Amino acid sequence: MDLGSLQRRYIDFTSALLREGILDGQFTQLQQLQDESNPDFVLEVVTLFFEDSEKLLNELSRTLEQQVVDFKKVDAHVHQLKGSSASIGAQKVKDVCMAFRNYCEEMNQEGCLNCLRQVKDQYLLVKNKLETLFMLEQQILAAGGSIPMMW
Amino acid sequence: MAVDTEARFHVLAVDDSLMDRKLIERLLKTSSFQVTTVDSGSKALEFLGLREDQTSSSPVPQEQNEIEVNLIITDYCMPGMTGYDLLKKIKGSSSLKDIPVVIMSSENVPSRINRCLEGGAEEFFLKPVQLSDMKRLRPHILKGKSKEQQQQQLQEEESSDDTNITINSCSSSSSSSDNSASNKRKAMEEEEEEEVSAERTRLRFSNGSLGMM
Repeated sequence: MDLGSLQRRYIDFTSALLREGILDGQFTQLQQLQDESNPDFVLEVVTLFFEDSEKLLNELSRTLEQQVVDFKKVDAHVHQLKGSSASIGAQKVKDVCMAFRNYCEEMNQEGCLNCLRQVKDQYLLVKNKLETLFMLEQQILAAGGSIPMMW
Repeated sequence: MAVDTEARFHVLAVDDSLMDRKLIERLLKTSSFQVTTVDSGSKALEFLGLREDQTSSSPVPQEQNEIEVNLIITDYCMPGMTGYDLLKKIKGSSSLKDIPVVIMSSENVPSRINRCLEGGAEEFFLKPVQLSDMKRLRPHILKGKSKEQQQQQLQEEESSDDTNITINSCSSSSSSSDNSASNKRKAMEEEEEEEVSAERTRLRFSNGSLGMM
């Protein structure tokens, strides 16, 4: 694919993510903070997000499977996940976390388990999309072009 | 007033989350601040030259040289020492109390915000912190610096005047641009400062200088 097509594909892909609410303006802000002196900034932050999230999701599964659920602990983990998803603009993940916290407050195990399923799905979705996005960026750079700025 | 608004100010950022530390560091550096990040309140105090159990610095040994910090920005929710606890320790320290403190939190809890502001925080930022929030930091630093400059100017004037105020014998002849000495001076001359501070306050206001409020 020629450079022009690669760049167009990138623009379409990113616009769709924003339009669908999978990513929000916070992600765009991260991109704006990236420059020649910090060319991997977004990748580094997103990688930390992936690592943090996977740890948290494992913890959440474990905690919710207990006979007696420690809802405070669950809430603390969800709070963290909500914070980090908000920081990178993973809007849908953040939104599920908000509902999740309400169920924690109500000490509703069923509701929590439901949210856990949803948050895992949304997490995998955004992870997949971001990996594709980074791949598209690499393709553009490899073709000698520059990544279009989406703002 | 010789306040150098183009100077690179040093911000100490405190957050237990690596991701958030990375973010705040980038935001601050992009806004031309010099940045140090630490992952806890106790590390912050250590960096500032204050042990957790102290409320004021004892004269510091030479090796632990003064690193000037112009502003502290801290997360609220941290294990162990919260951002609020850190705020209180800083404001309770005679050597550190004039450093402006900003608190960050992902939760918009009015009672929490008020508590922090009443505890002496300059501002409260909601996370995720935005690049535009960085603009709000400089005014707090400059306000603090102009206070410091005035105190220094006053001390210089006082030392040359024949007044009743007893100024300690060590270095009141600090150069006005050498702000890094000021923190150290405050630490070492704590006792005398308490005595003269009341006098100094009256003098400061009577000079018709910048209103502090």
